[in-house]
Amino acid sequence: MAFELPDLPYAHDALAAKGMSAETLEYHHDLHHKAYVDNGNKLIAGTEWDGKTLEEIISGTYDASSVAQNGIFNNISQLWNHNQFWEMMGPGTSAMPGELEKALVESFGSVDEFKSQFSAAGAGQFGSGWAWLVKNADGSLAVIKTENGVNPLCFNQTALLGCDVWEHSYYIDFRNKRPAYLSNFLDNLVNWENVASRLG
Amino acid sequence: MKLSATISTLLIASASAWSTPMSMKADVGSNRRDLLKKGAAFAAGIAAPIAANAYELPDLPYPFDALEPYIDAPTMKIHHDKHHATYVTNINKATEGKDEVPILDLMADALEATPVRNSGGGHYNHAFFWEELAPHDKASKTKPSADLAAMIDKSFGSFDEMKAKFEAQAAPGAVFGSGWVWLAVNQKGDALQIIGTPNQDNPLMKGVCDEIMLPVLGLDVWEHAYYLKYQNRRPEYVSNWWSVVNWDKVNSNFDYVVANHVGVSV
Repeated sequence: MAFELPDLPYAHDALAAKGMSAETLEYHHDLHHKAYVDNGNKLIAGTEWDGKTLEEIISGTYDASSVAQNGIFNNISQLWNHNQFWEMMGPGTSAMPGELEKALVESFGSVDEFKSQFSAAGAGQFGSGWAWLVKNADGSLAVIKTENGVNPLCFNQTALLGCDVWEHSYYIDFRNKRPAYLSNFLDNLVNWENVASRLG
Repeated sequence: MKLSATISTLLIASASAWSTPMSMKADVGSNRRDLLKKGAAFAAGIAAPIAANAYELPDLPYPFDALEPYIDAPTMKIHHDKHHATYVTNINKATEGKDEVPILDLMADALEATPVRNSGGGHYNHAFFWEELAPHDKASKTKPSADLAAMIDKSFGSFDEMKAKFEAQAAPGAVFGSGWVWLAVNQKGDALQIIGTPNQDNPLMKGVCDEIMLPVLGLDVWEHAYYLKYQNRRPEYVSNWWSVVNWDKVNSNFDYVVANHVGVSV
């Protein structure tokens, strides 16, 4: 059964007032995300991965020892990553639920320290990739950065928040200014309720 | 890597003013960067500290809009003035206090130091890239030399087969995420290969390929190289890029690497 491109949870222009333009979402969702879906489906058709879940495919095809991942991993991981990404953002303002704030303070010392580490991770990921806030198996939270489509599922971590730092995610709105994109993301775009809901 | 006239003057002034001529004589063997720093330290009391930058952002050999409509002017401007400039700033930061060497000389061991790999690679790659491009009306009058064409045929069968292989290597399926595609000569100088590299790696870096390979032609496939005009249509960018390849430069790169068994200087 083929995977489908999920609709954005909001209109393409819903984040425009907060620094992510309609044009960005039109390209990012309708072209890039769609291409990962289409290519992913094409590559798994007729293989052992046909009929598996996204999570199974990602865990099963990720090769930690490889310099470059294979096409199935690249497309399916990016498919999953973007599914999460749209949900982790939202229009309007969103207060941070107390439970999440408490967990961040416990793991990082303060919310500001978490934001600072998250921004540094995103800025420091050379080339394409993602910055993530993750929950480890022992319940502690951490910030990681990953290349290309690699994501927390590869390390048995739970993704709480992810920020796409591929250039296609910010080039239209921020050109080369990735740090400005990251701080805008943290200050204005994150749907903290969605993040908190992933704490489990 | 030029010392400015001001800095040279200060060095001469400071050298003659030093009360320890013996230490000055011992400096004869020092590298220029070291002398510069000493001169700067002396001058610090007189003027603002002088930054000793080894690497400079080269000017583009053509205006920003010269490669239109194949590569758009806004992209050329940001690509050169922001992206390449940042690599230059960062490689200077990473090599501060070290001996000045041509950027080419940093490539072989670049994998040993991440800042050199990323920013040094970025500087070399972009400096190399600008030189191989030319406005279409000039580029279209150029073609591979007889020697280059012969090695292309030997290595790939034909020019069209080389082109197809290059485009396949440039596709997102082959270089996923950020990277470059290269047409490169082997050390012996008797065969060409097409190589895809991630991020700012290049074939001159030991460990990237089975042996160090010598680029004659390269293509930036980072999204910043094409996003404003092509968005996610990388194959269209690649196909259009051929129209601004200056084969005269590629030919001279080829002749140089085959004769000298080292990479092209930038």
